[in-house]
Amino acid sequence: MTPRSLHPIAWWVWALALGATALQTTNPFLLGLLAASAWLVVAARRPSAPWAQSFGSFVKLGIAVIIVRIVLQMLFGVRLPGHELFTIPSVDLPEWAAGVTLGGPVTAESVIAAFNDGLQLAVLLTCVGAANSLASPYRLLRSMPAILYELGVAVTVALSFAPQAVMSAQRVREARRLRGRPSRGLAGLRGMAVPVLEIALERSLELAASMDSRGYGRRAPIAARDRQLAQLATLIGAVAASIGVYGILDGAAPGGMGYPMFAGGVALLVASFAYAGKQSVRTRYRPDPWRAPEWLVVACGAVALAALLVATDVGVAGLRPDFSPLAVPTVPLLPAIGILAAAVPAFLTPALPVTR
Amino acid sequence: MIRFDRMSFRYPDQSRDALGDVDLAIEEGELCLVVGETGAGKSTLLRAVNGLVPHFTGGTMHGGVVVNGRSTATVPPREMASTVGVVGQDPTAGFVADTVEDELAYVMENLGTDPAVMRRRVEDALDLLSIADLRDRPLATLSSGEAQRVAIASVITAAPRVLVLDEPTSALDPGAAEDILAALTRLVHDLGLTIIAAEHRLERIVQYADRIAVIDGHGRVTIGDPSDMMRTAPVAPPVVQLGRLANWNPLPLSVRDARRAGEPLRQELADRKAGPHRQAAATGDVVATVRGLQHSYGTTVALRGVHVELREGEVVALMGRNGAGKSTLLSALAGSRRPRSGSVSILGGNPRSITPRELVRRVGLVPPDPSTLLYEQSVDGECITADKEHGLAPGSTRSTLDAIQPGLDPERHPRDLSEGERLALALAVVVAPGPRVLLLDEPTRGLDYSAKERLARVLRRFADDGRAVVLATHDVELVAAVADRAIVLADGEVVSDGPARDVVVHSPVFAPQVSKILAPSEWLTVAEVEAAVCQ
Repeated sequence: MTPRSLHPIAWWVWALALGATALQTTNPFLLGLLAASAWLVVAARRPSAPWAQSFGSFVKLGIAVIIVRIVLQMLFGVRLPGHELFTIPSVDLPEWAAGVTLGGPVTAESVIAAFNDGLQLAVLLTCVGAANSLASPYRLLRSMPAILYELGVAVTVALSFAPQAVMSAQRVREARRLRGRPSRGLAGLRGMAVPVLEIALERSLELAASMDSRGYGRRAPIAARDRQLAQLATLIGAVAASIGVYGILDGAAPGGMGYPMFAGGVALLVASFAYAGKQSVRTRYRPDPWRAPEWLVVACGAVALAALLVATDVGVAGLRPDFSPLAVPTVPLLPAIGILAAAVPAFLTPALPVTR
Repeated sequence: MIRFDRMSFRYPDQSRDALGDVDLAIEEGELCLVVGETGAGKSTLLRAVNGLVPHFTGGTMHGGVVVNGRSTATVPPREMASTVGVVGQDPTAGFVADTVEDELAYVMENLGTDPAVMRRRVEDALDLLSIADLRDRPLATLSSGEAQRVAIASVITAAPRVLVLDEPTSALDPGAAEDILAALTRLVHDLGLTIIAAEHRLERIVQYADRIAVIDGHGRVTIGDPSDMMRTAPVAPPVVQLGRLANWNPLPLSVRDARRAGEPLRQELADRKAGPHRQAAATGDVVATVRGLQHSYGTTVALRGVHVELREGEVVALMGRNGAGKSTLLSALAGSRRPRSGSVSILGGNPRSITPRELVRRVGLVPPDPSTLLYEQSVDGECITADKEHGLAPGSTRSTLDAIQPGLDPERHPRDLSEGERLALALAVVVAPGPRVLLLDEPTRGLDYSAKERLARVLRRFADDGRAVVLATHDVELVAAVADRAIVLADGEVVSDGPARDVVVHSPVFAPQVSKILAPSEWLTVAEVEAAVCQ
């Protein structure tokens, strides 16, 4: 296969399917297998660009989530009976604080249950991290429909603020050290924040000027009356949809206020969005193709999810293992094979082109 | 092509016009250079060409600017994109996409260019700027010279008739600057593009200009033939200063023309000895020692085994390409980076283990962007804070500042100062506690010739007071004016270290203009020649 990078949406669909798969089970072996599959694909198909380096941070965040989950369980959680590991001095909170008991005996069962819950969330984060590392955010943005594109650019610019702020914070911190100033504490924070924000603001202005002089936000010439009409339609549509939602949620509302109102509002919104999309005059440079490898990636994610959904439906044992009494959970075969399919893109997709 | 019709402009909340009554006509296919002192309004003039001034900045404009038949009064900058391409001072701040190829396509996507045309224009732009090998590179990994070329390519793809460049070579080392200038000449000559550029480093670009627009201190603009305009321009590169001194006519703008005009002067100077009005080697005590210093960032080696000694009373220039390890060496000297191996000692102590309080009395570093050092809301606020932090007598930072740059308004915000004034303030804050070793990283960015001259005098005085001054710089003219000793780094190693005159005079890259014109005699600056001629 000719080396190329795949469509960003394919990676996101794959990753989100994996995330949904993770939500179907608390079996630590299955979850571990899922994380390993994601890691394998990231290791094989991650480009060298700076945005692709975020996978590690997501994994670290996941580990932190597990630790926090376990600590919270020890302090506040409901005690599962069983093997006592150690005891934390317990405090009974007074009646007005809901009479909660803090601390108390910590059992192996409750720690393991907390670990599994945390692991599920951590694997979900790992999947999001995998998508972040595999799909270029800019290319993802470019494949969005026109109406979302401009909004998306605004978001990317806002997001690029963060890494820039980190970089200027490092420079300012170094500069402060040179002046022999504290870089910690309240005084340190103020001394850091002022120059960092000023630098970031200046850079944002420069970026805005650069985008403006390169045609960002151009529109097809349309009559002012048409534009006002479209804006009015958007406004009425949004109001109607909100009233509709209210009508659906509030059982006491008159019948016409519910689904009909909601449907009408949404229809108006869609129409005005489509009209706004037509105003955009953008064209696309080398749109990412969607070919067999993209279908393969999406299919691999879908197979994993389907395996777990079917297994849940059929009632395969071991998806949500019970830890009292303590026992090593079994690994159900069908879900495990399904999850392994998620790792297939690491081998059967085109390699990345070599960056010179 | 570009016509300013009695145009004047005032920024919001300002009491005087940034540009006053500008009448200007720039013809098609011309390379017009905008010249003026810092803060004279060069950027304002450039940004008025595509309407960023006043559409983006706000303010009041009178008169009009018409580009290719379209007036900026009625056409916003985004619609001008197909006519005018603008590249700002810091190209990396303007990047939107994440790879070079996407960045080049960005403007065309916005303009709704046909996909087939887009493909062709991207390829053409890659070739025109010689960046075809960078096409897949993430923008964050480009060097500053590459980034500048990508930024130019990213506006060229819209097939504009006019290219506006704000300081295209200021931040670059001499080699990268040459690449940019070669590309610009190609654009002017092959594509017939009209280029309007502002630049402080006139010695690099003035010879390529077809006409020069000079902005005086009151925002008035005059335009004319380069050698006529340079005769009286408020800023002038050494070649022009030498030409003015020797009264050459027509005034030469390039080293080549000056060499042809300079034969009589060379004869006159032949039997006189250049310098040494400075001592050849400093004999002061050693204040800093670097031994076997090695450092790397990931797999990129920045320094491999550098040995350097610094003595009090000497000004040392640290030269070399971008990425040769200059900044790393300075930050190791200042103790802000722990070297992989090797040792640094400042007055017998390791800068990493000295308390910050004591460290500022031994070594001070002015970073490339001096504003990172400043965070108070006024000039006086900075001085008072510096006094308090270093336990100095009240008013001592202010008097240091007055010695560097007298009469700075105490109420002004540091961000509103000119580049030169801000550098002076940062320098005062660093020098106030009395460091014995003073380090400056790229101090001349954005400085005009008079500000550089002032800086050179100040650094000389610091050295004569018994400090060791080290400046990392690309600016060979500043090195010629102030340095006693020059160290050239390449690929993390010291390739030459000796008296500045010996190191720079015979190098084709590092030789200042005067020594190129007067070779084989070893003259460095116009001031030296002036002193010799007047004897």
